[in-house]
Amino acid sequence: MSDHRPILYCRCAYAKVLPEEVKDRVLERLIDSNLPFESVSDLCEMSARKDPGLVALSQQDGLRIVACYPRAVKWLFSAAGAAIQTESSQSESSQSESSQSESSQSDAKQPGYIEVLNMRTDTADMVCAKLGIGTIETAEGAES
Amino acid sequence: MIATNRERPRVLLYEGAGAEPIDAALRRSIVPKLLDRGYTVTRITQNANLGNLGHTELIILGHFTRPADFQSDQGDLKIHTRDVRDDSLETLTEYIDAVAAGVSEARPHWKPWFPVIDYDRCTNCMQCLSFCLFDVYGVNQANQITVQNQTNCKTDCPACSRVCPEVAILFPKYKAGPINGDEVNQDDVRREAMKVDISALLGGDIYSMLKDRSEKAKSRFSKERDDDRALKERQRCLDKLKSNLDGLEIPAEVLSSLPSFDQIQSKAQAAKQRAEQALADASLKPTTP
Repeated sequence: MSDHRPILYCRCAYAKVLPEEVKDRVLERLIDSNLPFESVSDLCEMSARKDPGLVALSQQDGLRIVACYPRAVKWLFSAAGAAIQTESSQSESSQSESSQSESSQSDAKQPGYIEVLNMRTDTADMVCAKLGIGTIETAEGAES
Repeated sequence: MIATNRERPRVLLYEGAGAEPIDAALRRSIVPKLLDRGYTVTRITQNANLGNLGHTELIILGHFTRPADFQSDQGDLKIHTRDVRDDSLETLTEYIDAVAAGVSEARPHWKPWFPVIDYDRCTNCMQCLSFCLFDVYGVNQANQITVQNQTNCKTDCPACSRVCPEVAILFPKYKAGPINGDEVNQDDVRREAMKVDISALLGGDIYSMLKDRSEKAKSRFSKERDDDRALKERQRCLDKLKSNLDGLEIPAEVLSSLPSFDQIQSKAQAAKQRAEQALADASLKPTTP
């Protein structure tokens, strides 16, 4: 069953802190998937400008953000006046299976709960697997 | 109500009802290109609405199978539609840039370097306010430390983060943790606590040395009128100063832009007074968590 939680991808366009291969590969596979998504040039820039879009994004239930460290993402949103609760998918996986299942269901309904996938530490395959687009497709395969 | 974002239009790839998927090669090339140029790009498939991120202009790209007629409940939103079936990457980019040129307000320069405070860790000790000589920090109406002048921050200088005893200041574009937002562990906290004697840094040897070296450099400059030599002397001075600040990783550009010794003393004193005043006020009135 596909995951319908919204996705926000950050390109981190103004600095070379994300591995190019990871951010390119994740974006490519996101584009090749059938999933809707939002993508922004740079969350840091939006935060610095106090972009009102961050408030709107933070209000999307169950939002998943593909960016960098959860702590950084949380406080970047906060600096723009958008309070969010974050949890990295890594810490989520350390929970017991039953509690994980319960929490992911209940958290997805709580406004402001946001899962952050970290392209600074995870590989493209890991990020895509967490997004439910884990199968590696070639360009030709994606079209067929 | 969402405030408006007038700086750049939002681009939307529409693949919902009344449209076929956009050519895969075009999709793969246009999205990263637009993101790298500062656009926000949305992809919509079935059962999704346009959403509202506060933009006043929306460019909808699609391979439409019937006349595109998009409505928005956002009153001030202007919608541009474009059937992309005959577009190449170049023609599409030209079209989007032409729309953007007609609506964008001048985008002020932005540098990707500024501090972000982790309020889960911050104890409002005001050490950063006292330390920063460039007035990046201030206090809000609740007497809580806040980043007030982020554009004053010196690129690649994470010094305030390094002197924060709670490891509560992030620079998301920094290369290493925990300054980049990585989780903080106990070793990090211990290391930060040992790092710097701030009072010595602000009032003591470092600035005296800077003053002495600066005066020598000025003297030599006036006697010999040798620009190159004066610059070399200044660089040597800064290199030595930098080596004395080992561990803080303060870039040479920051050191070279430091104010004079007297100005530093004055600024440090003013910052200290502001911090003390904010702390005193905060003790009278509880801060908002």
